[in-house]
Amino acid sequence: MIRALISRIKQGYRTYPFPKKEPVLPERFNGRPVLNHDKCDNCRACEKACPTGAITSQDNKVCIDMGKCLFCGDCTSACPKGVIEFSKDYRLAANIRKDLLVSDKEIKLAQAIDKQSRRIFGRSLKLRQVSAGGCNACEADTNVLTTLTFDLGRFGIQFVASPRHADGILVTGPVTENMRLALKKTYDAIPSPKFVIAVGACAISGGPYIGHTETSNGANGIVPVDLYIPGCPPHPYTILDGLVTFLGRR
Amino acid sequence: MSRQLISIYNNKSTDIGAVPNLPIDDFRETVINSVNTGRRIAAFFGLPHDNDSLKLIIVLADDHQSILHLASTCVKEKYPSLTPDCPQAHWFEREIAEQFGIRPEGHPWLKPIRFHHSYTNNDVWNRSANETILPCVTDFFRVEGSEIHEVAVGPVHAGIIEPGHFRFQCNGENVLHLEISLGYQHRGIERQMTTAPQNRLIHYMETAAGDTTIGHTMAHCYIFEGLASCSAAARAQVLRGIALELERLANHTGDLGALAGDVGYLPTSSFCGRIRGDFLNMTAILCGNRFGRNFMRPGGTAYDIEKSHIDDLRKRLNAALKDVTNAANCLWSTPSVLGRFEDTGILNKQICSQLGIVGPPARACGFDRDCRYNFPSGIFQFKQMPVATWDSGDVFARAYVRWLEIQHSVAFILDLLDSIPAGNIQNKISAMSPCKIAVSLVEGWRGEICHVAVTDNSGKLARYKIVDPSFHNWMGLAVALRNQQISDFPLCNKSFNLSYCGHDL
Repeated sequence: MIRALISRIKQGYRTYPFPKKEPVLPERFNGRPVLNHDKCDNCRACEKACPTGAITSQDNKVCIDMGKCLFCGDCTSACPKGVIEFSKDYRLAANIRKDLLVSDKEIKLAQAIDKQSRRIFGRSLKLRQVSAGGCNACEADTNVLTTLTFDLGRFGIQFVASPRHADGILVTGPVTENMRLALKKTYDAIPSPKFVIAVGACAISGGPYIGHTETSNGANGIVPVDLYIPGCPPHPYTILDGLVTFLGRR
Repeated sequence: MSRQLISIYNNKSTDIGAVPNLPIDDFRETVINSVNTGRRIAAFFGLPHDNDSLKLIIVLADDHQSILHLASTCVKEKYPSLTPDCPQAHWFEREIAEQFGIRPEGHPWLKPIRFHHSYTNNDVWNRSANETILPCVTDFFRVEGSEIHEVAVGPVHAGIIEPGHFRFQCNGENVLHLEISLGYQHRGIERQMTTAPQNRLIHYMETAAGDTTIGHTMAHCYIFEGLASCSAAARAQVLRGIALELERLANHTGDLGALAGDVGYLPTSSFCGRIRGDFLNMTAILCGNRFGRNFMRPGGTAYDIEKSHIDDLRKRLNAALKDVTNAANCLWSTPSVLGRFEDTGILNKQICSQLGIVGPPARACGFDRDCRYNFPSGIFQFKQMPVATWDSGDVFARAYVRWLEIQHSVAFILDLLDSIPAGNIQNKISAMSPCKIAVSLVEGWRGEICHVAVTDNSGKLARYKIVDPSFHNWMGLAVALRNQQISDFPLCNKSFNLSYCGHDL
């Protein structure tokens, strides 16, 4: 026992004061893409390089769909002009699917739920996690939020062991054919009102598995999604920011 | 024997025509004899051959001679199953049956493993092509008796875990039998590897089992390099080695924490949860992503390492080693933890051998089975990695092997950081040669990752086979749980910590 106490002192206090203090992200972190349209000569090399079809050209302007983007940087290597850059901005969550499209400078961040919902869920949100073909990276970076570095519990958010105890689902993965029914049943088992949070490129659009007959191109056709958190996988702070912003806590 | 098998080295390719094509009876006998003399099945898969026949190719690993032996046979509709005489073929044969509709006659438990439609028009279970296949709706092994009860768990589990279905046959608390049924995570990766656009392939590899991004991508890079008879840049080989060991460190640390959590020992559980993140953040120093996404590409790595990164890594590694040592030693010095770890979930050494178990669960049964040692490639050819073993085969052994490996990996990386060769990080990779077969074995943190690729006569991929270590090991978990209390399932499960998506692909 004394050993555990000494260890506790040695390991120290490690919870990061988020959101009061902005997190420190890795130097090479790929966050929200930034487009320099004036450099673009419409060669479309980025479109061809993109593995998931996240890049399209709209009115001769490059547009990146963060819901499909793997943040792999294949486009930046392919572009000879440096049109596409990835910033360190980790705040990527959005409420509406089309808000994930990046073309102009304008950034549409997720909005908090309405006042009445905040009264109910603002300090207590219980989620059921369903992995539906996820590769265990989104799952791992969601799970890590419960460790003491992030300490998700201090925001009143908790992952629960039964849909009957939950206020919503956090879904990961492209929703495989083999998980479609289980996801639907889990959703139906949660009492209303309820939320669905789609985490990762797979759950939003199918990610690398977009167009496979074995998957459903994300959760949206099966359950109604209220919050999209893009990334492959999203950084834990991207997920945490999404959840906390959604609850109107930052 | 020599004419019945062709021998190749790890990560090298040979002409597909050079692989001996044996009559099925000779093939059976050769494989069974090989396995009886200590070789293991690393991969066993079908390659569409002529219109109506399937070529079965087997890769046998000889751990002590560091050589891979290949043989093949052509079959139609059915063939005599190897499983009755060679248990470790059981899952492979079910996979071949499901993918190609070829029946291994005499297989003792022929069921689908992933629940998808066959790649061909044949279906072993006579399901029509437009019939909906429901996952895990199938026969399960049942123990009869008035005092027997059945417990069904999953696909959705209580925590943040991937989906899988577990069926326990219990007498009171005592588990007589556990059957594990997977397939929920099936995304069709293998099928797509030969048809999808080229620029997606590496991303399939990175997400085949997302927690093993580096391991699978590394095997994939070796395959492409082997098929093109190229090699990765020397500097990149070292960086790859560092990334592979960082992945092992993060996951082993996480596992020690999770094991502590499963016996209710919260100090180590919470310390290791945090330290695991420290290791993931070290991978992010290399490439910006905590799982090593986008780090490796055929020919080398996509990112170089700067002097400042080396210093940062060294500092962080030393700090993390201190913390994880402190956290792990709490486990080994707490009798209530050891009381729960020791003698729980014992995997018998003989069964381990028969099932062809790999990775930490095999080393926890005393086998010195580690690709970094037996089939070294890249930097592991130059710097030897000690093999960590323990011989009690229980949860304690699987935990302790991880702890030994954590120490070895830290020492290995610290050593490498002082001696990174100069030069480029990316060699140009030429086109893949036609009609070749290449095999790559990489020791991921879960164990042996095996990739096999075959090119057609235009040099395109005709078949890409992925064998995650979990493919071998799920049966090991099922067997280890026999005669255990059902309440020990989470602990035993965590001590194997197998991949669902890596299995389901």
